[in-house]
Amino acid sequence: MPDVLTYVLHYEGAFNKNSLGAVSEGAARASEIGGECHAVVVGGDDLSDELCQSVGAYGATKVFRARGAEGLAQPVIDVMAKVIDEHGHSYALFGGGLLGFEIGAGLAARKQAGVTMEVVTVRAEDGKLVAERPILQDSKLSVSRYRGELGIIIGRINAFEAVQRDGGSAEVVDVDVEYSAWSNQAKMVQRGEQRGADVDIEGADILVAGGRGLGKAENFQLAEELAKAFGGNTAVAATRAVVDAGWYPYAAQIGQTGKTVAPKLYLAAGISGAIQHKVGMQSSENIVAINKDANAPIFEFSDLGIVGDLNKILPKLTEAIKAKKGG
Amino acid sequence: MKICVLVKEVPDAAVEKRIDPSTGRMDRSGEKNLNPYDTHAIEAAMQIREGGAVEVEEIVAVTMGPESAMRALHKAVSLGADRSLHLSDESLAGSDVAATGYALSKALEKEQPDLVLLGQQSDDGECYTIGAVVADHLQMPSLTQVIKMDVADGGLRCERQAEYGYDTVEVQLPAVISVGDAINEPRYPSLKAIMGAKKKPLESVAAGDVGIDGSMVGEDGSRVQCGDFHDPPAKEAGQIIEDEDTGETVEKIVAWLDERKLI
Repeated sequence: MPDVLTYVLHYEGAFNKNSLGAVSEGAARASEIGGECHAVVVGGDDLSDELCQSVGAYGATKVFRARGAEGLAQPVIDVMAKVIDEHGHSYALFGGGLLGFEIGAGLAARKQAGVTMEVVTVRAEDGKLVAERPILQDSKLSVSRYRGELGIIIGRINAFEAVQRDGGSAEVVDVDVEYSAWSNQAKMVQRGEQRGADVDIEGADILVAGGRGLGKAENFQLAEELAKAFGGNTAVAATRAVVDAGWYPYAAQIGQTGKTVAPKLYLAAGISGAIQHKVGMQSSENIVAINKDANAPIFEFSDLGIVGDLNKILPKLTEAIKAKKGG
Repeated sequence: MKICVLVKEVPDAAVEKRIDPSTGRMDRSGEKNLNPYDTHAIEAAMQIREGGAVEVEEIVAVTMGPESAMRALHKAVSLGADRSLHLSDESLAGSDVAATGYALSKALEKEQPDLVLLGQQSDDGECYTIGAVVADHLQMPSLTQVIKMDVADGGLRCERQAEYGYDTVEVQLPAVISVGDAINEPRYPSLKAIMGAKKKPLESVAAGDVGIDGSMVGEDGSRVQCGDFHDPPAKEAGQIIEDEDTGETVEKIVAWLDERKLI
């Protein structure tokens, strides 16, 4: 049967939004090829019957539950491989994010399956699923078709919307898995550590975001002053590169492993616009980018682009906005 | 400890990338650079060696690709690798990510490393995935996007950013670790190292030499076929201002924002 298997990540008793998006997408596409969508969950006692059944509201008819280590990819590969061996799923679908990439790729190796990552569209074609992904810095789209018994589709983050319906309770099936030796050779010591101050960027109307182009941590002050000049519901955000470098708190990070935002105005200062950042902010209503590199990808999806030196432009822009507000 | 670093030749960032319409594959004719992410992996190997917590006997750069990929190996050696291994075979052309990972794992089996390092992504296409494919074939624990790595108790203590914040994971060796670019600042090779790179041992192997099953590689051995390349829906191009007179530039920005009631 052309069933679709997804993995649903959870943390502290709540499921991941992107994973639930994969369930909704899997259910919609499976129905077009005459199959069902099932989900795998791996974790501890917080995976109660009730919690697992709730995945049914997103379209899954069965949830396979295994006890095992959370937050690591390789145990999930063991579980999914076993479930696929026993039930013969035709596709495995992931909602993007770090673990989805790792599990999907590892499963492709285990099951000798084809894998496509960064997928933005899945569609049914002659009773099979095909996956569309952007390539070459999003300048082209490529279509993947699968051979063999299993096709693996890893979505781009936010590509699949979680659609909750009324009712719909999934059947919970416990799976006993003997984990691979190497799955037991990685141990989570600490999970989900928050680094830096807690800041709220998701509710902001205006975001001033800083990237490596700011040059040094101290220059975030330029972004903060500009944000202050805008006033109201304005906050400062950051790219992954500068968060990993310790320039700005993790809670302010936009993109693949950070937050997804859609403010009225997104002002990107010194951000090149890598795909991993773009996926977290491309739905912003107005995008303004300032960067000294005229070839920066961000100019391809900004509404207003300024090629120039931040150190010169930001202070003057701050003054001009203050003046405008005052006048 | 023996460390293998997987490296890859990618198009120079300044060269426009395109699909070759006659083959439907990435046009790789303009390639000439070591994938920038891989330089972080070599640097990470060098820092383990120099850190002194464990003795590193050998750092071996490993690549798969046509003859030109040798340049990536020379660069890797100039950055600190002791020697290199080049897996090159006509039959590997057109391999998808799963087939490529399989082929690389066979080359690595020959080397028997204690640690396999690679960059978290390549500039030209497949992201995040090759490490996980290689690890499953080698039956080793694996993490991607690692930004801090310390040798501890005969294993590695790794940190990375995942969905809910920073994770710290202890990994036993042998292992496959892909590193993020925040892990270090790669050093520049010395002139002497660049000149000497071509003299370091470089071994070339074909698919048969490392026991690769021909039915699992190349276009026929790949289980995903990419095609139907087409343009995404057109997005209206934004307005671009080149900053010459900053006062004037700022006036234009303010007017633009004001028009949209954003101030």
